[in-house]
Amino acid sequence: MSTTQPPVVEREVEEYRPHRKWFRRPDIMGPVLVLLAVYGVLVGFVEQENFFRTRMEAPGGLVRFDWMWFFHLIPLMLKGLLVTIKATLLGFAVAVVLGFFLALGRRSKVLVLRWPTIAVIEFVRSTPVLVQLFFWLSLERAVPGVDLGPITLLAVGLGIHYATYCSEAYRAGINSVDQGQWEAATALNLGPVTTWVRVVVPQAVPNVLPALGNFLVAAFKDAPMGFVVGVHGLLFFADQVSSETFRVTEPYLIAGVGFLLASLPAAWAVRKLEKRIAYERI
Amino acid sequence: MNASETVHPTGASEGVNEKGAAGVRFHGINKAFGSNVVLSDLDLNVAPGEKVVIIGPSGSGKTTILRVTMTLERPDSGTVQIGGRHLYHQEHGTKLRPAKEKHISAVRSDIGMVFQHFNLFPHMTALENIMLAPMKVHGVSRDAATEKGMALLDQVGLAHAANQTPGQLSGGQKQRVAIARSLATEPKVMLFDEVTSALDPELVGEVLNVLGDIAREGRTTMMLVTHEMGFARDMADRILMFDKGKVIEDGRPADILDNPQNERTQGFLGAVRGH
Amino acid sequence: MIIVGDWLLSSGQYQTLLESSLVTVQILLYSFVLGIVLSLVVGVGRLSEHEWVRGAALAFVEFARGISSIILLFIVAIAAPILLGIPQASLILLATIALGINMGGYGAEIIRGAIQSVPKGQTEASISLNLSPMQQLRHVVLPQAMRVILPPMGNLTIEILKGTALVSLVGVTDIMQSARNIRQEQLADQVGTLPILYLNVLVLYFILAQVVNALFKFWEWRVNKSFMGGPALTRDELPPDVLHAGAGVGG
Repeated sequence: MSTTQPPVVEREVEEYRPHRKWFRRPDIMGPVLVLLAVYGVLVGFVEQENFFRTRMEAPGGLVRFDWMWFFHLIPLMLKGLLVTIKATLLGFAVAVVLGFFLALGRRSKVLVLRWPTIAVIEFVRSTPVLVQLFFWLSLERAVPGVDLGPITLLAVGLGIHYATYCSEAYRAGINSVDQGQWEAATALNLGPVTTWVRVVVPQAVPNVLPALGNFLVAAFKDAPMGFVVGVHGLLFFADQVSSETFRVTEPYLIAGVGFLLASLPAAWAVRKLEKRIAYERI
Repeated sequence: MNASETVHPTGASEGVNEKGAAGVRFHGINKAFGSNVVLSDLDLNVAPGEKVVIIGPSGSGKTTILRVTMTLERPDSGTVQIGGRHLYHQEHGTKLRPAKEKHISAVRSDIGMVFQHFNLFPHMTALENIMLAPMKVHGVSRDAATEKGMALLDQVGLAHAANQTPGQLSGGQKQRVAIARSLATEPKVMLFDEVTSALDPELVGEVLNVLGDIAREGRTTMMLVTHEMGFARDMADRILMFDKGKVIEDGRPADILDNPQNERTQGFLGAVRGH
Repeated sequence: MIIVGDWLLSSGQYQTLLESSLVTVQILLYSFVLGIVLSLVVGVGRLSEHEWVRGAALAFVEFARGISSIILLFIVAIAAPILLGIPQASLILLATIALGINMGGYGAEIIRGAIQSVPKGQTEASISLNLSPMQQLRHVVLPQAMRVILPPMGNLTIEILKGTALVSLVGVTDIMQSARNIRQEQLADQVGTLPILYLNVLVLYFILAQVVNALFKFWEWRVNKSFMGGPALTRDELPPDVLHAGAGVGG
C-alpha cells in the first residue's frame, strides 16, 4: 500500500484568532469610520466658510430653534471643547501621579501618615468639586503673588479630587494581586524594589487601567465646571454666545452635542479596554 | 367519573384521573441547543397518576424533557399536552396555533417542579417560601395560606423550621421544604430533577421518604429523573431509558432493571451499579 | 498671613447655611426618588425580551451616563424651557429632572447588573410556581438583588449630593448660593476670609455625605437581616393540630 499523506487542512489563521488587528475587525472599524465621517463633516464645515453666511446674525426673538445657526456655532464650540479636553488631560495627569502617593500613604505602616491620608481621601472624595474649585480659587487670590491661570486652577482642582479616586483604584489593584505572589517573592529572596516593580505592579496594572479609564471619563464630565474659574471651555463658549446674542437654546444644545461626541467614544474605548483585559487574564 | 383509563406501562393516556392527577403527552418534541440535538422527535405518553422514572447518561435529554414540560425551555417543534390540554398551543377550530402567554400560564399552574439545587428563596423563611405562590398566584388569603403551609411543613416533618431561612437548614431539609413549596400549588403533574443528587448520602433517605408518601397518595403524576435505582424499583410504575434524545427502553422497573434488552441500557446500568 | 484667622463663622451665618442645606437636601431627595424610579424602569428594560425596549433603555443609559451633569443641568434648566415653549417652571423641579436623569443612567446599570447576579435557579423556581414576571421581580429577584444594589447605590447618591452643588449656578438658593450671600456680608463687615468660608461649606457637605452613608449602611443591615431567620419553633410554639411535633423526624 502506498503511503497516503493525511490531507493538509488549510485554515485561515485570521478566523481563529480573536485578536485580529483592530483595523481588520468590522465591529471596530465600523464605528470608527462613522465617527471619523461625522468629525470630517463637522470640521469640513469649519473650512467651508461660504457654506454658511459668514458672520451670520442670530435669528430674531420668536424663532425657537434655528438649525442653520446651530451648525454655524460648531467651530466656536469645537474650540471650547478642545480647551476643556486639554484641561481634563492635564488634571488627570496630576490625579494619576498624586493618587499614587496617596495610595502609598494609605498603605503606610506608619499610623501618623496613614490616618491623615485616609481622612483627606474621604474628605475630598465626598465633597463637591465645584466647591473645591471655589476654594482653590479663593486660596489663590488670598495668597499674594501667586497667579495660576484658569486652566491650571481647574487642573489642580480636578487633579486633587480625582487623585483620591485613583488612589482607591491603585489600592484595589494592588490588593487584587494574590497573596501567594508576595510569599513567592519572599521565598525567592527578591528585594522590595524588585518585588514591586517586576512582580506586583505588572499584575496590578491590568486591573487598574479600566478603573483609571472610567475616572478619566468622569473627570471629563466635571471639567466643564472650569468656566466658573474662567476656563474658556465649552460652557464659557455657550455662556458668551448666549449673552451676546440673547439666544439660549442653540449654544447650550450644541455644547451638549459636542460633549457627547467626545465622551461617548471615550467611554466606549474604556469598555473595549475592559473586555480585552478580561479576556487576556483568563 | 371522569375519563379514567387503565394504566398501561407503555400505553396511551390522557385526561385527568379521579384523584386529580393529570396525564402528560409528548408528540414530536425536538430540541437542539445550537448544533447539539438534545431531544429528537420524542413521543411519550404518561398516564394520569403514573410514576415514571427517567434514567440515562448526561446529555441524553432527560433533564431537558422535564424543563420543556415546565416551560423553562421551549421545544423547537412538537406538542405537549397536560391533562388533555395543549401547553404550547391553542386550538382554533381544527387548527393548532402557538399559544399566548396567558394560556401557557393557565396550563402551567397544573405543573410543579423540584430542582436538584433546591432553589429556595433565601430571603424568606421556610413558611414564607411555601406561602408565596398560593397567595400571589391563586389568591389564597394569608391565614388560609399559613394554615396550609404549616400543614405541608408538618407533612414533610419540618413544622418546627417554619421561621427559619434556607441558610439555616441542611440539604435534606431544604429539599423537603422545596417539595412542600411545590405541593402548595396543588399541581396535577410534579417533576423531580435529580432531587437527591446534591445531597449528602445520609440525607437522601428523608427526601425519598417524602417522595414515597406523595407517590402513595397518588394525587399527582410524577416524573422523576434520578439515579436512585432502589427507589425506582419500589415506587415507579415505569422506567424510561433515555439516550441521545430518544427513549430507547420503556417498561416495568423489574423488567428494565433486571433484564434490560437494549445494550446501551445494559451498559448504563452496569456502570451505575458499579460504584 | 491673611489665611490665618477665625476658622469659624458667626452663628447667624451657620444658621443661614443650615437653612439652605434644607434646600439641598430637598433637591437630593426629589432627585433620588426620580433617579430610583428611572433606574428601576430602565434597568429592567435593559433586560426586556423586546428588542426595541432594550434598545431604548440602552440609548437612555448611554446618554445619561455620557453627558456632563453640569451641561445637562444648563440644558434642562435654561435651554429646554425656551425650546419647548413652557414657562420656566420651578427651578427646583428642573434641577431635579436633570439630576434624576443623571442618576437614572448609572442606577439602571447597577440594577441591571444586580438582577443578572441573582442565580438563574431563582427565576426558574419562580416560573415553576407560576409567578408572573412582575411577581418574580418584586418578590424573588429584586429582594435578593438588593444586597448587590445598595453599596454602589449609596455611592451614587453621594455623587448626586455633590451634584446638587451645581444648582447654585442656575440660580437655586442652595448652600453654595447662601455661601456667596454670606460672602457679601463678610465683605461689607470686612471680616472673615473666603477660603475659610468655603472650608466650612466643604465640611457641611462632608457631614451630609456621612449621613447618607449611614442611612445606606442601615438599609444594608436591614436587608441582610431578612436572610437570617429565627430559631426553630419549640413544642409549645407549634400550632395544636400539628402531628409530628419536635425536631425528630428526619432531622
